[in-house]
Amino acid sequence: MATQGERILEVRDLVKHFPLTQGIMFKKQIGAIKAVDGVSFELNKGETLGIVGESGCGKSTLAKVLMALERPTSGSVVVNGRDMARAKGAELKRMRRNIQMVMQDPYTSLNPRMTVGDIVGEPFEIHTEVAPKGDRRRKVQELLEVVGLNPDHINRYPHQFSGGQRQRIGIARGLALQPEIIVCDEPVSALDVSIQAQVINLLERLQNEFGLAYIFIAHDLSVVRHISDRVAVMYLGKMVELGKDLEIYDRPAHPYTQALLSAVPVPDPEGRESRERIILQGDPPSPANPPSGCRFRTRCWKAQEICATEEPLLQIRPGTAHLSACHFAETHDVVHAG
Amino acid sequence: MSKTSLRTSPAEGGLGDEPLLAVEDLHVEFVTRAGIVRAVNGVSYSLNPGETLAVLGESGSGKSVTAQAIMGILDMPPARIPKGEIRFRGTDLLKLSDEARTQVRGQRISMIFQDALSALNPVFTVGWQISEMFRVHRGMNKRDAMAKAVELMDRVRIPAAKQRVNDYPHQFSGGMRQRIMIAMSIALDPEVLIADEPTTALDVTVQAQIMELLAELQRESNMGLILITHDLGVVADVADKIAVMYAGRIVENAPVYDIYRAPAHPYTKGLLESIPRVDQKGQELYAIKGLPPNLLDMPTGCAFHPRCPYRQDNCVTDAPPLYGISGARNSACHYWREVLDGDPR
Amino acid sequence: MSDTPQAGPAGPDTQTLTPETAPVAPPSRGRRRKKEGKPASLWTDAWHDLRRRPMFIFSLVLIAILLIMSFWPSLFTSINPLDARTCDLSTARQGPSAGHLFGRDNLGCDVYARTIYGAGNSILIGVSTTIITAVVGGLLGLIAGTRGGLTDTVSSRVTEVFFAIPQILGALLITATFRDKGLGIWIVVIALSVLAWPMTFRIMRAAVITARSQDFVIAARALGASQSRIMFGHLLPNAIAPVIVVSTINLGGFIAAEAALSFLGVGVQSPDISWGLMIADARSRFLEAPLPLVFPAVFLSITVLAFIMMGDAVRDALDPKLR
Repeated sequence: MATQGERILEVRDLVKHFPLTQGIMFKKQIGAIKAVDGVSFELNKGETLGIVGESGCGKSTLAKVLMALERPTSGSVVVNGRDMARAKGAELKRMRRNIQMVMQDPYTSLNPRMTVGDIVGEPFEIHTEVAPKGDRRRKVQELLEVVGLNPDHINRYPHQFSGGQRQRIGIARGLALQPEIIVCDEPVSALDVSIQAQVINLLERLQNEFGLAYIFIAHDLSVVRHISDRVAVMYLGKMVELGKDLEIYDRPAHPYTQALLSAVPVPDPEGRESRERIILQGDPPSPANPPSGCRFRTRCWKAQEICATEEPLLQIRPGTAHLSACHFAETHDVVHAG
Repeated sequence: MSKTSLRTSPAEGGLGDEPLLAVEDLHVEFVTRAGIVRAVNGVSYSLNPGETLAVLGESGSGKSVTAQAIMGILDMPPARIPKGEIRFRGTDLLKLSDEARTQVRGQRISMIFQDALSALNPVFTVGWQISEMFRVHRGMNKRDAMAKAVELMDRVRIPAAKQRVNDYPHQFSGGMRQRIMIAMSIALDPEVLIADEPTTALDVTVQAQIMELLAELQRESNMGLILITHDLGVVADVADKIAVMYAGRIVENAPVYDIYRAPAHPYTKGLLESIPRVDQKGQELYAIKGLPPNLLDMPTGCAFHPRCPYRQDNCVTDAPPLYGISGARNSACHYWREVLDGDPR
Repeated sequence: MSDTPQAGPAGPDTQTLTPETAPVAPPSRGRRRKKEGKPASLWTDAWHDLRRRPMFIFSLVLIAILLIMSFWPSLFTSINPLDARTCDLSTARQGPSAGHLFGRDNLGCDVYARTIYGAGNSILIGVSTTIITAVVGGLLGLIAGTRGGLTDTVSSRVTEVFFAIPQILGALLITATFRDKGLGIWIVVIALSVLAWPMTFRIMRAAVITARSQDFVIAARALGASQSRIMFGHLLPNAIAPVIVVSTINLGGFIAAEAALSFLGVGVQSPDISWGLMIADARSRFLEAPLPLVFPAVFLSITVLAFIMMGDAVRDALDPKLR
C-alpha cells in the first residue's frame, strides 16, 4: 500500500452553474442555478472526507462534477496530477478507473435487466485492459465475496436481493477497477437502520484493505462523523467550514454548522428539556438567486451589515484552528452544551 | 346514532380508565398472489390525551399499516382485519358503519404523511384545500372558510399567510408544504394526530422546525400524537412512550427514558447500539446481523430469532408473549432479564 | 495500492452477511435455474423462460403454421386458385362440399384455396411493415431519446408532421401515386411504414427518456461506458417492452389496413390474393353467402391474435421481475 498522506485529489475553485433557459427551439438564457460556486479542497490517499449539507447545497452536483458526469463551468479537478475536468476521450476513460462512485438508491442504481454478474462485470467489459476475458468471471465472484455476498448468486437479478445486499452489489461494481477514490453519495440513507451499520462497517473494512480514499456525502451527521477524518459543511453552493472531524463537531465556528449540529436529534432522551437547540427560521434561499455577501446571512442570528456587502472567505479565523467562512466565526460546542 | 355516541364528551362517557385511543390485538393481512402477508400480528397500544407515542420500526415492520387501519384508509381488499379492536373513546371503530367512520376520520383522528407534495392536490390552491375542510365538515361558506384557512396557516407559522393563501402547492418549499399538511390535519381540532414519518423527507434544520411546531400544537390543544418513525433521535427528542415494532408485532414498549437507559429486547438493544457514537470512532459499529424476515415466510417462534444474539432453543419454537416487566414496560423476549442486565454487547 | 481484491480475511460481519433471498422477493416459482455456473444474460434467460410458457409455445406453433402456409401454400391445398381454370362461375357461392370445404366465392373459386394462398400476402405485408416500423421508429426513437437536445427536438417535430396526416388518406395518396412503378404489394408496405413509424418512434423515445434519468445509466457513464453501450446495453433492454407490445398490436392493424386499401382498390390487386381483398370481394353478397367472408376473417383474427399473444409473452420474459 502506498504511503498515507499522499495527495491524490485536488479540487480548485470549482464552479458549476446550470443555465436557466426559456424557449423550446431557440433557447435564451435567463439566469443560472449556482449549484456549486467556488469550492476547493484536497483529498489524501486512504482518507475520508465527509461532506454534509442540506438539499440544494450542491453536494450531489459536486459528486457529479468530481465523477466527470458534468463538466464544471470553471475550476479544476486534479486527480494524480492531471485535470479530469478537461480530460476527454481515451484519457478521461483511463482516469475514470481511478475514481468511482457508490450511489444512494440501491433500487435504481442497478440495471434491473442485467444479472449481478453482468453488473459487477461491466467495468471489465468497458475497460478491457484491466482483466483478460477468461479471467473476468472469477474476478466478479471474488468481488462479490469481498463485499460479503454469495459468489454463487452471480446469475441472479437485482430484484432478488434486499436493499442492503443491492448496495453491496453497487459497492462491488465500484471496486472492480481498483480505484483509489470512491465518491459515496448518501450510500446508506436509503437503507433500514439495522442494515446501515452493516454497510458502514463494510465500507470501513474495504478502506483498510485496499487503501481507498472516500468522499462521503451524507446528510446524516452521526454517520459522517463516524466514518470521516475531515468534514466539510456546504451551504448554498459554498463550503462554509472545513476541518478535522473533532474540530467540526466539538468546536464548530460557523453559525450554520452550529445550527445544523444542534438540530440533529440526539438518540438519548436524557436532558432533552435543557438541550440547546438553534432552530433556524425559514428555508434556504434559492440557488438561482443567492443572497449577496454571505449566503447564510438571511437565516443567521449574527448577521450585520458587512455580511450583506462582503463575502466571507473560507479561511482560518481568530480563535479557531480550522477553516470557516464567517465574519463572526466563534467556536461554540453545541453538542455537549447544556 | 353512532355519531351521537361518539360525540359524548369524555366526562360523561364514563370512560374511567379507558384511554383516548386503544388498539387491541390488531391483525391485518394482505391477500396477494404469492400468499397471505401478515403485516400486523396482534398489535396493542394505547394513547392518552396530550401524550406522544412513538411507534418505531423499519420498513415492513407494520407500523404504517397499523396507522392506516386506525384511520380506516386501508384498501380492503387486498387488506383485511381478521381480528382486533381499535377503540376510540371506548367505541370500536372497526364495528362502525362506513358513514360513522367518515365522521371520525379527519375530524377526530387525522393523519399527516411523509410526502406532503403528493398528498396535496397540485391543481388547487392551498387555501382552497385547507378551507375545504371547513366547507365540507362545518358547512361554512367560501369566504368564512377562506378566513379560517388564513388563520390556520398563521397558526402553523407560514409567513405572509394572507398573501400566500392563493398559491399552489408547488410554489412552497418542502417544509412549508408539510406545514400546510399539518394545517389541514388540525383544522377540525382532532383529538388524535397520527404523523407517519413526517420529517423523513425534510432537511435536518427544517425537521427541527416541524417537530417543534408539532410539539407546540400538541401543547395548545392537548391532542394525542402517534409519531411513526424509524429515527431513534427523533423519538428520543419528543416521545413520552415508545412501541418498537418488528415483523408485525410489538417487541417492546416502554416509557422513553427506560428504553434508552436499558432496552429489554435484543432488537431494540441492537438498534440503539448500531447508532454511531462519539467514543466508537474508528471502531467497527455494532450491526444486527442478517436481514429482516420475509413476511410471506416468517421464522417460527420468535420472528427475531435468526438475528438474535440471545437466542436459545425455545426461541425457535415458542413465540414469546409480551412479558410485563414493570409498570408500563413490556418485552416480547423470553430472555428479557438477560437483555436488561446483559453486558453491553 | 494492493492488486486484485482478494477475498480478505473474513471480517466479523462477513459471516453474518451470508446472503439469503431478499425478504420481499417471492421464491422463484416453477422456474428451475440453470446450473449456477453458466453465465446468464437477459436474452438467454428470456429464451429459457419463454420455452416454459404454454401461451408462447401455442402462439409460436400457430405462427409457424401461418408462415409455412405463406411460403408453401401448395402443401395445404391441391387447387391453385391463381389458375383461373379452377374457378367455375356456375358454382358461384356454393356451400361447402367434399372437394371444397369452405365452399365457393362470388366467382365460383375455391374459398379454402384462396384463403390459404391469401395468407402469404397478408402476413408478408403485416410482418414486413411491423419490422420496418419497429426497427426504423425504434432506432430513431432510441437515438433521439438518448441524445436529446437538437436531435430530439428536430425529430420530434418531424414526427408531429406525420401524425397530422390521416392514415388511410396518406396511404391512398402514396399507393395511388406509385402504383405503376412495378413495386407490387411492396407499395402497400412502404405506404403503411412511412405513415406508421412515428408511433413506434414516440413510444421508444418516451421509454428511453424515462430510463435515461435512472441511476444505473449514470453509473454506467461514470464507469466510462461508450454511448453505444449505454444505448444498446442499458437503455434498449429497459425501453423495448412497450415497443414490442405496440408492434404486435399494430401488426393486426397493418393487415387490416392492407384490407382497407385493397378494398379501396389501391392495395393488393387482383389476380393477386389477400385476405383483405377476399373480404372486400365477399362483402357485397355477405347476406346470401357469408362463408367467403367469414373464413378469411377468421384466419385474419387468428393471425393477429397469435402475434399479440407472442408479443405479450416476450414482454413478460424480458422483465426479470415477473419471473
